Amino acid sequence: MARRSTRKARRTLDKDFGGVHTETMLQLSGSKTQPATLASLVELGRGDAATLERIDLPADEARRLMELGFLPGTRITAGFSAPGGDPRVFQVDGSEVALRRETARHLAVRMEKKTRRM
Amino acid sequence: MSDCHGSSITQLAESPASAVSRTSKHVALIGPPNSGKTTLFNRLTGLRQKVANFPGVTVERHTGVTVLPDGREIPLIDLPGLYSLSPRSEDEQIAYDVLTGQRGDTGKPQAILLVLDSTNLSRHLMLAAPILALGVPTLIILNMADDLRSRGGELDLKLLAAQLGAPVALVSARQGEGLDQVFRFLAGAMPKPAPVQLPILKDVPSCRSWAGRIGQQARYRSPAPPKWTRRLDAVFLHPVAGPLIFLAVVILVFQTIFGVADPAKDAVDKLIHVTGNWVASVLPDSLFRSLLLDGVWNGVGSVVVFLPQVLLLFLFIGILEDSGYLARAALIADRTMAKVGLQGKSFIPLLSAYACAVPAIMATRTIENKRDRMATILIAPFMTCSARLAPYTLIIAAFIPNRPVLGSFLGARALSMLGLYVLGFVAAVVTARVLKSSVLKSRRTPFMLEMPAYRWPTVQSLSLRLLDRSVVFLRRAGTVILLVMVVLWILAHVPLANGHSPKIDNSVAGMLGHTIEPAIKPLGLNWKVGIGLITSLAARETIVATLGSIYGMDPENEKAGLEASLQHDLTLGGAVALLVFFAFAMQCISTIAVVRRETGGWKWPILQFTYMGVLAYIGAFVAFHILR
Repeated sequence: MARRSTRKARRTLDKDFGGVHTETMLQLSGSKTQPATLASLVELGRGDAATLERIDLPADEARRLMELGFLPGTRITAGFSAPGGDPRVFQVDGSEVALRRETARHLAVRMEKKTRRM
Repeated sequence: MSDCHGSSITQLAESPASAVSRTSKHVALIGPPNSGKTTLFNRLTGLRQKVANFPGVTVERHTGVTVLPDGREIPLIDLPGLYSLSPRSEDEQIAYDVLTGQRGDTGKPQAILLVLDSTNLSRHLMLAAPILALGVPTLIILNMADDLRSRGGELDLKLLAAQLGAPVALVSARQGEGLDQVFRFLAGAMPKPAPVQLPILKDVPSCRSWAGRIGQQARYRSPAPPKWTRRLDAVFLHPVAGPLIFLAVVILVFQTIFGVADPAKDAVDKLIHVTGNWVASVLPDSLFRSLLLDGVWNGVGSVVVFLPQVLLLFLFIGILEDSGYLARAALIADRTMAKVGLQGKSFIPLLSAYACAVPAIMATRTIENKRDRMATILIAPFMTCSARLAPYTLIIAAFIPNRPVLGSFLGARALSMLGLYVLGFVAAVVTARVLKSSVLKSRRTPFMLEMPAYRWPTVQSLSLRLLDRSVVFLRRAGTVILLVMVVLWILAHVPLANGHSPKIDNSVAGMLGHTIEPAIKPLGLNWKVGIGLITSLAARETIVATLGSIYGMDPENEKAGLEASLQHDLTLGGAVALLVFFAFAMQCISTIAVVRRETGGWKWPILQFTYMGVLAYIGAFVAFHILR
């Protein structure tokens, strides 16, 4: 409960406010017909790619992530992970950075359309 | 800004020698982590470098001297890795302060060598904007030229230099390629491009897009992804094979340290005995000879024999770190570390604590979260450091028969040793758990670890590491331990009775031992071991030197040898109690000093010493009473 309130208080570095609305809409529509879905980085399995929309973390943590290449608009590919899928290595902007699930959860991404899965 | 930038380069070009020698200002090496900055530093300075600490903080300060082809000497300073000029950790703060001339002890650098990874240029160029804005003459070094080429990347150096208004050099520090360019810059002979007015960039996204644009204009083509790194990661980070390889690596390290280092240790041991006997035969029988042989030679020598094992351990840690595997190990270990409330980054200091707690505690400075860092500092001395090898080996050899437990894989002695390592590890984990759920509770900080590409470790960097460690180890044997042994020898030879030194029983040292005997009797230990416990407060391995020295002074024991004398004096319970005591107690002046410096006061080291001491006493008491 306490956690929820702190998250609300966090300053977030938004690129735009579009994300939230899209998310609600997609949940209603079931995402089949939409060109892309908004998700969090944790949902990427190995080999999946997505575009970063925004980082929901305190300013200094978001800044470090951006210095490592996690900038809104950047393409991220999920790579190998430690046993159990956590932490996972992400290929971003020419380098590979490992993030824990608890961090990756706060990175909102737009999934690329998958052709192989239905 | 650009004016000042241009004119200072001219100044460097016109009168470089006077500028260097008069102000004796240094050239700073700076770059993001994993840009190969330290490799370049080693290339440029070789053996002409030294490591110290920045005054007031525990960030290591690597300084060195590079010699230009014309014989001039230029002082270099290797700064901690930096992603941006908005510092987050103590390391980055120091680098920032040095670059901006805010540290009185160094002053503003006369020039900067900015080292960037050429295989990831678009991102690394982000650092160029704020660094060039400092107005200090800067050479942009694009490192890892060999990787760039082999993976099919390329760029136009002239265009890049023109875009940035600063000279650019393509270098491979590992291969030693392109270093002549660096020397030319340092000699002030490098042509300077026309100064450029750089945009003022406030936030990361604008920095990144600027860097991307510059890269594009310099016709940068990024190389293909590192094929071999992906292939190796498919194995090392495999869900099943990964952890197994991780375990195999750990076992291999220990097996080699105990198996391979033993002959080397025996050789050093023999050398010390032979030279000792030779000295004994040359010198006349006197108190001085006794001091030199019993006190200094046998005492200090019994510690020096562990040098091969210590070096082997550091060799392994060096290979693991330089090859890039250590980052993967931290990744695999992260979940386990998270369970005790720590993060994967704590794993690297804790692993190096198996060699020595002092560098391990200094290595914690890469942990950005203050509380995580404190917890790591507090548990690091529980990891079985190489100084514990000495008493462990002695006591295990004396009390544990060498019979196989698991066929030829594992002997009883190796198993006991492994058990002691596990014991220390468990104590560390439990302590971390307790600390992180009470006084050092904190919000979890995000774990962000860049995975470097795999590389072959270079012989040069490994040998520099080993040399560095040997000096530290031998200096310790030559100072702290030597001093303790001389004091001990004096205490064992006073008060004089009729001009003769007393029996060890009646000497001051003996009386000290007898005084604390009531306290250690419940642990099954006698007064001679008590003297060893007192001296080992300085450093753990001193107990071996002390026991060697005390038993050596007693003619009966000398004939029987140290191990046999110990078997006579201690029960198995007492021996195990002593081992447990050493597993837990914080007997090391250097560690206490470094913790004090690191935590900025006496509160934590005193707490830590008391906690570990109490735990050691209780543990030894329980062990003795179970086995008695």
